[in-house]
Amino acid sequence: MSQEVKIISKRFDDPKAATLDGYLASGGFQALEKALTMAPEAIIDEVKKSNLRGRGGAGFPTGMKWSFVPKQSERPKYVLCNADESEPGTCKDRLILQYDPFSLIEGMIIAGKAIDSHQGYVFIRGEYRYLFDIMERAINEAYRAGYLGKNIRGSGLDFDLYAHSGAGAYECGEESALMESLEGKRGIPRLKPPFPAISGLYGGPTVINNMETLATVPHIIVGGGEWYANLGVPKNGGTRLFCLSGHVARPGVYELPLGVPFPRLLEVGGGVANGKKLKAVVPGGSSTPMFTAEEAMGLNMDYDSIAKAGSFLGSGGVVILDENTCMVKFALRIMQFYRHESCGWCVPCREGTNWLHLALGRFHAGGGREGDVDLLREVSENILGRTFCPLGDAAAMPTLSILKRFRQEFLDHLAGKPCSCGVSGRPALATH
Amino acid sequence: MSVFSQATQERFQTLLSHYPVKRSALVPMLLFAQDELGYLPPEAIREVGELVGASELAVREVIGYYSMLRLEPAGKYHVQVCTNISCMLRGGDDIYRHCKERLGIGHKEVAADGVFSLEEVECIGACSWAPALQVNYDFHQELTPEKVDEILRDYRKKAAAR
Amino acid sequence: MADNPTLVNITVNGQQLTAPAGTLLLEACRSAHVEVPSFCYYPGLSLQAACRMCLVEIEKMPKLQTACTVVITEGMVVRTDTEQVHRARKSAIEFILTNHPLDCPVCDAGGECELQDMTFKYGAAESRFTEPKRHREEQQWSPIVYFDRPRCILCYRCVRVCGEGMDVWALGVGNRGVAASIIPNHSDHLQCEECGMCIDICPVGALTSGPYRYKTRPWEMKHVGAICTFCGDGCKTTLGIRNDQIIRGDNRDKSGINGDFLCVKGRYAFDFTQNPERLKQPLVRVDGELRPTTWSFALETVAKRFQRIKSAQGGFGVIGSTRTLNEEDYQLQKFARRVLGTNNIDHHRTADFPALATALAARTNTPGTALPLANSSSLKTAKAILLVGNDPTNQHPLLAWNIRTAYRNHKTRLYVLNSGDIKLRRQAFRMAVIPAGGEAAAIRFLNGEADSVPAELTMVGGPDPKRWPQTPPSVPQKIAEGLQDFRARLRQEQDVIIVFGAEVRGEAVRELVAFGDTLPGNTRYIALADNANSRGAADMGLYPDLLPGYRPVADAGARAHFEQLWGGTIPAEPGLNLPQMLAAAAAGKLDALYIAGANPLRLHPSAAEGLRKAFVVVQDMFLTETARQADVVLPVLCSYEKNGTLTNTCGEVQAQKRGGMFEGAKSDLAIIHELAELMGCGFGPAAEDKIFGEIRANVKGYDLSLVQLLAGRSALAAPLNETVAHRDDPELIQPNNDTLFTAGTLGRYSTTLNSVMERRLQKESK
Repeated sequence: MSQEVKIISKRFDDPKAATLDGYLASGGFQALEKALTMAPEAIIDEVKKSNLRGRGGAGFPTGMKWSFVPKQSERPKYVLCNADESEPGTCKDRLILQYDPFSLIEGMIIAGKAIDSHQGYVFIRGEYRYLFDIMERAINEAYRAGYLGKNIRGSGLDFDLYAHSGAGAYECGEESALMESLEGKRGIPRLKPPFPAISGLYGGPTVINNMETLATVPHIIVGGGEWYANLGVPKNGGTRLFCLSGHVARPGVYELPLGVPFPRLLEVGGGVANGKKLKAVVPGGSSTPMFTAEEAMGLNMDYDSIAKAGSFLGSGGVVILDENTCMVKFALRIMQFYRHESCGWCVPCREGTNWLHLALGRFHAGGGREGDVDLLREVSENILGRTFCPLGDAAAMPTLSILKRFRQEFLDHLAGKPCSCGVSGRPALATH
Repeated sequence: MSVFSQATQERFQTLLSHYPVKRSALVPMLLFAQDELGYLPPEAIREVGELVGASELAVREVIGYYSMLRLEPAGKYHVQVCTNISCMLRGGDDIYRHCKERLGIGHKEVAADGVFSLEEVECIGACSWAPALQVNYDFHQELTPEKVDEILRDYRKKAAAR
Repeated sequence: MADNPTLVNITVNGQQLTAPAGTLLLEACRSAHVEVPSFCYYPGLSLQAACRMCLVEIEKMPKLQTACTVVITEGMVVRTDTEQVHRARKSAIEFILTNHPLDCPVCDAGGECELQDMTFKYGAAESRFTEPKRHREEQQWSPIVYFDRPRCILCYRCVRVCGEGMDVWALGVGNRGVAASIIPNHSDHLQCEECGMCIDICPVGALTSGPYRYKTRPWEMKHVGAICTFCGDGCKTTLGIRNDQIIRGDNRDKSGINGDFLCVKGRYAFDFTQNPERLKQPLVRVDGELRPTTWSFALETVAKRFQRIKSAQGGFGVIGSTRTLNEEDYQLQKFARRVLGTNNIDHHRTADFPALATALAARTNTPGTALPLANSSSLKTAKAILLVGNDPTNQHPLLAWNIRTAYRNHKTRLYVLNSGDIKLRRQAFRMAVIPAGGEAAAIRFLNGEADSVPAELTMVGGPDPKRWPQTPPSVPQKIAEGLQDFRARLRQEQDVIIVFGAEVRGEAVRELVAFGDTLPGNTRYIALADNANSRGAADMGLYPDLLPGYRPVADAGARAHFEQLWGGTIPAEPGLNLPQMLAAAAAGKLDALYIAGANPLRLHPSAAEGLRKAFVVVQDMFLTETARQADVVLPVLCSYEKNGTLTNTCGEVQAQKRGGMFEGAKSDLAIIHELAELMGCGFGPAAEDKIFGEIRANVKGYDLSLVQLLAGRSALAAPLNETVAHRDDPELIQPNNDTLFTAGTLGRYSTTLNSVMERRLQKESK
């Protein structure tokens, strides 16, 4: 029934793959052997050919990102893996860490070879302690077997890799904030330019990629860029992990080719739970503008199609909302999150998310006033595009999409109609 | 005199060796320090700060930023219930309310006997297995109120056994 | 380099602008009077882009950009006056005000608040935010610093000025998001230099000062740009005056040589002026007791007694002050030489200015040209600085600030030669730790050719243990290598500014200048003296052997010049110095001692007994140790209550402007003139401008631009390149070794300084 294509998830059912032996038995480190014989430019070309795009959120072409790193540098270069998976609706990197940690190690060594870097860090969110432990074990095993450290497998290539734990901050998923955090500071984003490829960790040229992106690299090296590109649609190479959650019959993480039509994706998840009707869809994590059911059913799940429709494929977190979902409450919960996660550095994000959270809470609890809907929109618009980093946009965009697409629901609240909360039946007023 | 066990001190030393700059070890060190002490008392802040060459103020700035780090003790078992969107859509609020009722405490409160503390947390990356909670670092997913009762019972037993 | 920067052309609102490459867009706009508002941007501090007030439109960029972080590029087209930009500003204000209390009527910053001004200019008339505001109780962080979190708009200026500017790093940011807050370094209080920079730089009323809060509304004060009366740096402090009383000292004016800077004394220690112990009436000793009397009786008593002694050809001694104004010092030595007929005049010396003048003049440069002295701001752009002795952080806070600024902005190479762990070592390119008292030997080594380092410099445990808490480098070999490297590096520098403290005096000064002469380029000097007019006292001739402008008393030509000017004779023999005068008094060889604004018994307590034998007149604000021994005590105005000029340690002359007034006291100048008049040797009206005219015309190096001084700017007075014959009395150089919180006798009468000290002791003993 499914269109599932198991590439990145091919070892998810193999309990032994998280050990070095198991990994080698399932074809692990073949890509590295091959990459060790390739010139750095050839590796980057192969990744460019694959049309691999960042799986973290922005969808930037990976090969191009790597090619921005200068060949010569006075400071050491770094390869960073962003495993700070925190975008609500996203739970895929967890599986790679759990079932296939060596594929990440392999991908990072290859990235190191491509940009002439000899040191990498895997930044894992603090809550994922058991995954941090798995990653550390895998790294230690790789060191012992000569896949990390000096002169890897006799090739002359040196690469050191360490796991690094965060301690609870969504903002550290932003690449420069992650670097600040990795330098032992508050995760406040940096001014750009300079961009990480020129001046990143410790001021050295740095490649930073999402975990899934890096774990995909070995597959591309083995299968070839063209093979990978052809799995997807033009400019959107390969497959990706879609995290289906919410009101879906079989929530789960499914690997599907880019460009898969949304109805097919929904079908893989068994359709809307309990035979209810689809109301709305979050296409790529909580920060992405939402679609109505009608819009969603006409979508293809690739970066460009979704962008054309006004949203983002983001981190692959697809959240399904059924007909009983209260959109006011949904907007409120999203804003509770962004208010909690705003680092507080800049004014519009710090004060704007707080304002919206308070106003949405009052509104949902029945304290709405004439003009509130426009006020909510205007406040969101005043955050949009005016903040120091994309977190402000992440808060404003979904809110604006909900206000626009479900305005009537807000007006109904205002008119005192019963709230359609089918989930808890009570307003979710934040108490803190 | 260190406030940390030998094992934790060794862990610190290993961590410090991972970075070209000592300060980089600060965030994970604080988390490991907290794992051992339950929170970050002033002595721990001073000691960790000295190890990485950061002032007490700099360490406090960092602690204040990260939601997992705390200056006050939590319960032996810190129950963290996710109510973010994916969990909310599958009854996360009910689970949270259930925990509040069962434990008799609210957000960021510690039960009188110190066994449990409770926190409503943001997305913990269990969206496809919602609703979910974490007790310390252990995930518990696809919850129902009944399952929560079982989980809490198990931890209470564990606490009594010690 | 920066000498000839490339120019970049941009268009702002259709207008063509040109600015040097590397200029920030915000600065380029402001320099062309195009308004770009901002809170977090502050010149000289790191960029934040946090307040989002400076958003502008730039062609070819999709979103609004922060003008405070964008560097201009050729052909950039910018708009700051569009609907979109106005909306962005309005919304930034609106966001800031959501959690900002509207308690402006009781806020110290009301009327001087950047947020008020910006709201007035760019904000909305009504508030759309109707949710509850976050409230937090106000906190007292130190005797000086109070913090009101709800008013804080998180512009991070305070954090940056404390860290980047002061190198104190006592403020940080705690929590995150809407709960983010400025926090002090000791969880609930501050342990810092109490400079108050954070308070002055705060654009709103979040940080307020203990001494000023709730005292007045800003518009009830008049503001006077006065020169600080404490250390020798000569900072301008803007005094807020209400009803002739000084309510506040701050730095909103920023027109002084100190720019943004002021230390705790400049900002808060003015409160000695209102100390209840301040003398309001003259005192005359009757039956062994000092009793209040009238001015006319007191002055007549002094004049008559002086006249009697003079007629009997008795001995006089005169001790001047290092805080009185140039005009007063000049008239005081004129009074001593011309009216009392003595060269027994001196002051408390804290730097060997004559030695520097001698050493520099002895070189073979063109006679009559100004000596190569550096002014305070030249430190900010120096390529290299050699600092010998002293602890500028404590004793010359402005010069320390300038040195830090140079390091921050230009990576200036600072060479520190010191016996203590001074804070400026953090900025040092090379630091050589030497034993206390080893400065002269170290300078000889610098100036010598020998590779061997004298043993006295490599003594194990050499540095003063009190000032050097950590274990000093104890291996002689290492110390020697360090000094050799120090010298080798230093010799490669050019255009060095050499700054030296009281440790370097007499022969060592000449050795240092000889070394400076071997360095390439233009070597310049700053001698560090402790008090507000130490340099002025030296320049004005408060020496037993030097007339104004370092002209020897023994030089008949110099004497003749002043004799003609003053219409009378000047004794040809050099007089007694300060300790000699005290000794002479004790030996019964001085009949009268006239002490104007000095407290010699603080440094020479054993001389108290001896003073009883002479007729002692003391002019002071307080009943000091010395005043208590006096026969007549005349209450005087302080520096902030007078007009005139002051010369800072670098030689920068600045106009002092009267701020406060004090009933019952007279200026030293007025007293000197009245005494001269009563003694039948009138000096004419006590008019500062007239006297300064005489100084300009007759004190070498003081022919300065009046326009500049009257405009509130400084002018560098450098002695001229002429031979100075001065006898070295190195033992007379006695530094105060003040900290940031002490200021000799004067500091004892500042409630604020005392409260800071007490609080520190309390916290330390905990």
